[in-house]
Amino acid sequence: MNRSLIGRIWPGATAVVLFVGFAFPVYWMFATALKPTGDIISENPVWFPTNVTLGHFEKAIHADHFWTLVVNSVTVTVLSVVFSLVIALFAAFALARMRFRGRRGLIVTFMLAQMAPWEVLIIAIYMIVRDNDMLDSLVPLTVFYTMMVLPLTVLTLRGYVAAVPKDLEEAAMVDGCTRTQAFVRVIFPLLAPGLMATSLFGFITAWNEFPLVLILNKDVEKQTLPLWLSQFQTAFGDDWGATMAASSLFALPILILFVFLQRKAVSGLTDGAVKG
Amino acid sequence: MSVQTQGTDTAGEPAVRKARIPGVPRGADHATGSPSRRGAAAPYLLLLPALLATVVLLGWPLVKNGMLSFQNLNPRQLIQHLTEWNGVGNYRQVLSEPEFWHVVERTVFFTAANVVLIMVLGTLIGLLLARLGKRMRLLLMVGLVLAWAMPPIAATTVYQWLFAQRFGVVNWTLDKLGWHSMADHNWLGSQFSTFSVVVLLIVWQSIPFVAINLYAATTTIPKELYEAASLDGAGARQSFTSVTLPFLRPFLYATTFLEVIWVFKAFTQIFAINQGGPDRLTETLPIYAFVEGVGNQHFGVGAAISFLTILVLLVITSYYLRMVLKQEEDEL
Repeated sequence: MNRSLIGRIWPGATAVVLFVGFAFPVYWMFATALKPTGDIISENPVWFPTNVTLGHFEKAIHADHFWTLVVNSVTVTVLSVVFSLVIALFAAFALARMRFRGRRGLIVTFMLAQMAPWEVLIIAIYMIVRDNDMLDSLVPLTVFYTMMVLPLTVLTLRGYVAAVPKDLEEAAMVDGCTRTQAFVRVIFPLLAPGLMATSLFGFITAWNEFPLVLILNKDVEKQTLPLWLSQFQTAFGDDWGATMAASSLFALPILILFVFLQRKAVSGLTDGAVKG
Repeated sequence: MSVQTQGTDTAGEPAVRKARIPGVPRGADHATGSPSRRGAAAPYLLLLPALLATVVLLGWPLVKNGMLSFQNLNPRQLIQHLTEWNGVGNYRQVLSEPEFWHVVERTVFFTAANVVLIMVLGTLIGLLLARLGKRMRLLLMVGLVLAWAMPPIAATTVYQWLFAQRFGVVNWTLDKLGWHSMADHNWLGSQFSTFSVVVLLIVWQSIPFVAINLYAATTTIPKELYEAASLDGAGARQSFTSVTLPFLRPFLYATTFLEVIWVFKAFTQIFAINQGGPDRLTETLPIYAFVEGVGNQHFGVGAAISFLTILVLLVITSYYLRMVLKQEEDEL
């Protein structure tokens, strides 16, 4: 009797404990950002922000260069996602719909490229960019982010293209469409959700990228938000309220996107990463 | 995965559909009557941009890295744009340095500790998700997704605050739990405790991927298998070892390899939390390559370290790919 009661309760109880463990750091980030400084540096932690203040957020967005860096981050991220989507769409169509020699090898190439160790290629990339006099510029960042995102985009889009029934395309072609017209009018509209999901993954990767911008762009005006955030604490000393406000501002778009595509995240990541 | 099992299980209807469909494309292909030569070039033309990008933006850095690793490239050569080849000198220097082998050892331990924790805890939490009722599962999922979604840089900053020497929640909690010497502990002051924070951070962020995907995989296990097992008299434990585990094994192997690759090349968290400090004692291979190459301006040596790191990763990756390809043979 006693045993079965425990047996019934423990999964739920463990789930609650784990939920607190996983969510707490995220909660603490927002909570700290909203608390007045007195509640942040107190001998006993103030667990719930009772006197909510937006002062730390104000301080963060009025920090030097903040808006320049927002523009930089958004520009680099959006451009690289768009470029990789366009390039990947052609490739994905060929890989999903056509039979040709070397197809299998190409898929394996993209799978390999997806695991590329960019973290240790940064020295070589630094030398290439330097030789072309492109240090402290957003162009190389955009170009290499496009490449970082490209393989996963190709592989996931291939899955989405393959999922569109071939009959639809063929019916359109029987009705007199060319293959291009069939693609634009029939497949493309059906791909829209897939394109959305895929671009969100690219967005997250490019938005979060840190090592490359660290080595390439020393000029503050040409940096992106991750680099700024990593130095924020140095700039603001032990002002944890402002630091957490900056972290919140940086994380919020990604958290929203992620919750929004949570279900897709599961199937998408397994398709891309594990299943290829 | 689920499509395959459905296809083999439900016999009648899909077979009919399968039989009917292949007729259509063949007819359609003839109907469009595209000249075979142009049709043969089309896939390559469509793939050209992607391939070109891969060759120029990934292939060239790889080659460039190989070339740099055979060059003497210090500030003097860098400024005067000199190319000084020095054969395998960089490799000889790196491999004969005790520091390098310390870093290798450290990287292996670091990777092993992370991956073991991620896989064990991730699997347990994934199985727990499968056992939970709807509402509790949703709750836990929300927590997991939050941790998963946190940008690594933001997460690192938050952990710095959680583990802050003054006013950090962790020190306060440990103190209140009776471990009073931790009240003012400087977590980033020693190698072991810095690594503890980084491992906790990476494990916290990586578990959700394993747990949620493992849970998703368990939902594809056909119920009939469990019924058959219980008819054969299998208890809870037996049906776990004879049904659940064999079904999840390929997934577990593949995920372990992925985690090894990801953790091995982890850069952002380790660098952002303490720049590989204190005293360069938490540098793993990618950080070591960066600090030697860029920080100390020995670009050739840094490239050699990078190349050795890539070599290790390539071996791991090829094992992973071979396994995945074997599983997915028919899908490609």
